[in-house]
Amino acid sequence: MVRPGKFLKVFAITYLIFLYAPALLLPIFSFNSSQIIAFPLSGFTTGWFKALLYQETLHEALKNSLIVAASSSIFATILGTLASRSSSRYNFPGKQFSLTFILAPLVLPEIIVGVSLLIVLIQLGLPLNLWSVVLGHTLLIMPFSILIMNSAFNNLDISLEEASLDLGETPIGTFRRVILPLVYPGIMASLLLGFTLSLDEFIIAFFLTGTETTLPVYIWSLFRFPKQLPTTMALGTILILVSLILLSLSEYFRRRAAKNQTSVL
Amino acid sequence: MGKLVQVKNAFKSFGDVNAVNGVSLDIEEGQFYSLLGPSGCGKTTLLRLIAGFEKPTSGQVFIDNTSMEGIEPNLRPTNMVFQNYAIFPHLNVEENVAYGLRNKRENRTKQNKLVDEALELVGLSGLNKRSANALSGGQKQRVALARALILKPKVLLLDEPLSALDKKLREQMQSELRHLQRAVGITFILVTHDQYEALTMSDRVAVMFDGKVAQEASPRDLYELPTSQKVASFIGEMTFIEGEIIGENQKLKIQSEIFGQITIDKSRVFGQSSKRIVLGIRPEKIAIVPRTSRSKNLVSGKIIDVSYFGETTNYKVACGATETLTISSQNSVGQLSYSVGEEIQLKADLDNIIAFST
Repeated sequence: MVRPGKFLKVFAITYLIFLYAPALLLPIFSFNSSQIIAFPLSGFTTGWFKALLYQETLHEALKNSLIVAASSSIFATILGTLASRSSSRYNFPGKQFSLTFILAPLVLPEIIVGVSLLIVLIQLGLPLNLWSVVLGHTLLIMPFSILIMNSAFNNLDISLEEASLDLGETPIGTFRRVILPLVYPGIMASLLLGFTLSLDEFIIAFFLTGTETTLPVYIWSLFRFPKQLPTTMALGTILILVSLILLSLSEYFRRRAAKNQTSVL
Repeated sequence: MGKLVQVKNAFKSFGDVNAVNGVSLDIEEGQFYSLLGPSGCGKTTLLRLIAGFEKPTSGQVFIDNTSMEGIEPNLRPTNMVFQNYAIFPHLNVEENVAYGLRNKRENRTKQNKLVDEALELVGLSGLNKRSANALSGGQKQRVALARALILKPKVLLLDEPLSALDKKLREQMQSELRHLQRAVGITFILVTHDQYEALTMSDRVAVMFDGKVAQEASPRDLYELPTSQKVASFIGEMTFIEGEIIGENQKLKIQSEIFGQITIDKSRVFGQSSKRIVLGIRPEKIAIVPRTSRSKNLVSGKIIDVSYFGETTNYKVACGATETLTISSQNSVGQLSYSVGEEIQLKADLDNIIAFST
């Protein structure tokens, strides 16, 4: 290993500070007793967190967000699993082409995706509700699912499937008894990552939501009321914490998936 | 003994490549049968045609007089030991071995008994609960065997099962596999690129080159009477010497630079008869004799290369203007050793010469 130069070290640290310092302000101000978001801090309080318990619209938004996050991560994981299974095992015309297009939402600006989906839904005469948000989020999460599941399936030794068939198991039985247990960590990683992405997503949810708002959209609406700002900070703190936990879990499962299969050979 | 596995004029092509290019085989019940050949000769593809993992482009496979056309691998009376063993990493030894029993509707006690028997058969008694990841290469090999044999297949297919093991373990497993096959009486079809493995283990061997069977014979015939130069040089070593046919009655009279005039029985001449002929002799069929001895058919020459193998030493000896002989000498008690540059006298066992007309 080449030792990084001093400049690179300074650069890396500066980069990390700019990336995470703003997020660190959230927990600091969420425990500050003043309503005004400014230094110096005036005193310690947990009041803003307590206030969260009594906001019914917040609870409604949280419930909506959980429904959307759970549904879209499950849908995206099922579709992603099927897509990467077919791309890793079978060759068919237009495979590369269709894969590229499925992965496109990764690089498309979300606002474009949101606006286009809105236009399509309205043209089709479909109502805007939580399920339209689920649709948008499934589209958004699926590329991540595919990437995670691709690595899980590519690590899977094809002779294990052949061995199962050879021992008299049907293709469906083979999927259940061999393939699923071996790619299961990948599925968990995909579900957790998808859940986190959906929970935090604002732009698509903002365009596609009807009267029922999701949590990020609700938070955005709170900014019109300065008095609510510290409560929003408290909510943000909780969200950051939950996201971090979910992402760590997802990464744990993803690594386990890779380790599980390579150690056998 | 009936024909258990029959391959009839099988072809299998992948794109432009003909992996199996017109193979017909009859494999008898209870035989230890080997498919031997260099890598890329189509032997593994042929095995996978029998297992059902590949479908023949044309031709057919019969097992026990039943056509296997359209029958999926899970419904064929074959089981396979894979080259990388394909042990299920998420299951322990016992669960791996019992994997195929699930669909046989045996009760739990019967299953456990069968698993114990299978593990005992392969010498893994007591390792029931060990995790698949904690097994050594040799143990994985045994689990793979137990997992296949527990289903009592009509044919056990082995795809280079020993190639990943070190030499000592490989030799031990070779003799164990041979004993196992005799004990269970199941037909084994082994794919290997190791000629010695094929010779020591098999009842019959099919040598394959370029998707075709070049020769199918018992190990002894394959070694003593190879029907082509290609087979002769693939199985062991053979020295080839140019010759010319100078007379023909029941036997062929052949003139060559080293051996002078010799006669060879026509049963030892292979290929289309023509004027040009190549004589072949195995290195161990030539002996070093004292330089003082006087008898017929002696050849003298100068050693140009010495390779020491421990139990034997190989000498390359220049005899005459263009030809060299390779001889193999046992380093047994009293055997002298020679070095490069020495003149020695050789006596070839002319009865063991074979001839290929080219």
